[in-house]
Amino acid sequence: MLYGFCVLVLFQLIGEAASTLLHLPLPGPVLGMLLLAFWCVWHRGVDPRLAQVAQGLLGYMGLLFVPAGVGLMLLGPVLRDQGLAMLPVLVLSLVITMAVTALTMKAMLNRHRRKLRNRVLVRRKGKADER
Amino acid sequence: MNVDAAFASLKAAPLLWLLVTGLAYLLAEKLFRKSGHNPLLHPVLVAIALIIVVLSVARVPYPDYFSGARLLHLLLGPATVALAVPLYDNLQRVRSLLVPLSVSLLVGGVTGIVSALLLGKLFGLSWPVQVSFAPKSVTTPIAMALADKLGGLAPLTANLVIITGILGAIIVVPLMRWLKVTGEIEQGLALGVAAHGVGTARGFQLSTTTGAFSGLAMGLNGVLTSIVLPVILAFWPH
Repeated sequence: MLYGFCVLVLFQLIGEAASTLLHLPLPGPVLGMLLLAFWCVWHRGVDPRLAQVAQGLLGYMGLLFVPAGVGLMLLGPVLRDQGLAMLPVLVLSLVITMAVTALTMKAMLNRHRRKLRNRVLVRRKGKADER
Repeated sequence: MNVDAAFASLKAAPLLWLLVTGLAYLLAEKLFRKSGHNPLLHPVLVAIALIIVVLSVARVPYPDYFSGARLLHLLLGPATVALAVPLYDNLQRVRSLLVPLSVSLLVGGVTGIVSALLLGKLFGLSWPVQVSFAPKSVTTPIAMALADKLGGLAPLTANLVIITGILGAIIVVPLMRWLKVTGEIEQGLALGVAAHGVGTARGFQLSTTTGAFSGLAMGLNGVLTSIVLPVILAFWPH
């Protein structure tokens, strides 16, 4: 377990160092995540010791947001002034995002399936011509 | 030693707030399970609310609480890096549908950011609050890190992200029915792009395919947003 944890922390630190040194807008842990994903692609697999720790940590991910989330109690004035305006922004943006994503994917999948079908038809026609 | 003095010394012990956080979360998880996974009782939100009540009643300032709970907060970094593992597992699925997935993801992810910024401006939110809204559709650790780095309010983002996920999980079925989108892949993608992990949990209730594509979309949208959001904000007039 310690091995996997050390790998995660190592990648986070590399990510943070790279983010600072190269003046990247990406947060260190996010960069670390990308680097680790590339690492897994490179090695064509995930070390089981790493997978075990990752699963354990991700299972309690929710708990880890709580300390920062409680910081909401410091934002009383912001919530008092802008809380009411936040609601429509949240709901409308969510509905728009969800609808646009679903409709785009529907259109793209239809196109994709049509293409596949045409390819099959062309291939069949080619075989028929050969005969 | 009287009770007040004992209570005061206990309040100063950092481990107390670690314990309170753990207990509040366990209680919130139990409520969530008992309610049959009702999204309105999301354990993170319930735990946050419980702790805010406790701190207000006990008159404990947030920095005192945070110095105790910091240990958990520190683990958020390694846990974010650990998202690479499910991301890698899901990447295996991308190959067959590379073009449709990339296009929809890009369109959906950018829509999530731009719609939040435009609506935020329209409804008169201040710039730091707009920045806190911009990453609201991506998974909480990435969203918090982005808000923190780009001038938003990370605690606000944490709560907005989770509320977005909860609403997404509630509206997905009626919205998809209204839009006449019946495919599992489309629904999964919409859930993952708009409503991250909470949406993915809802996706797995609908079907395994929906959940799997939701998880994939959530991971890729986290990557996309963390690259695209800083660029959009750099050119966004404010």
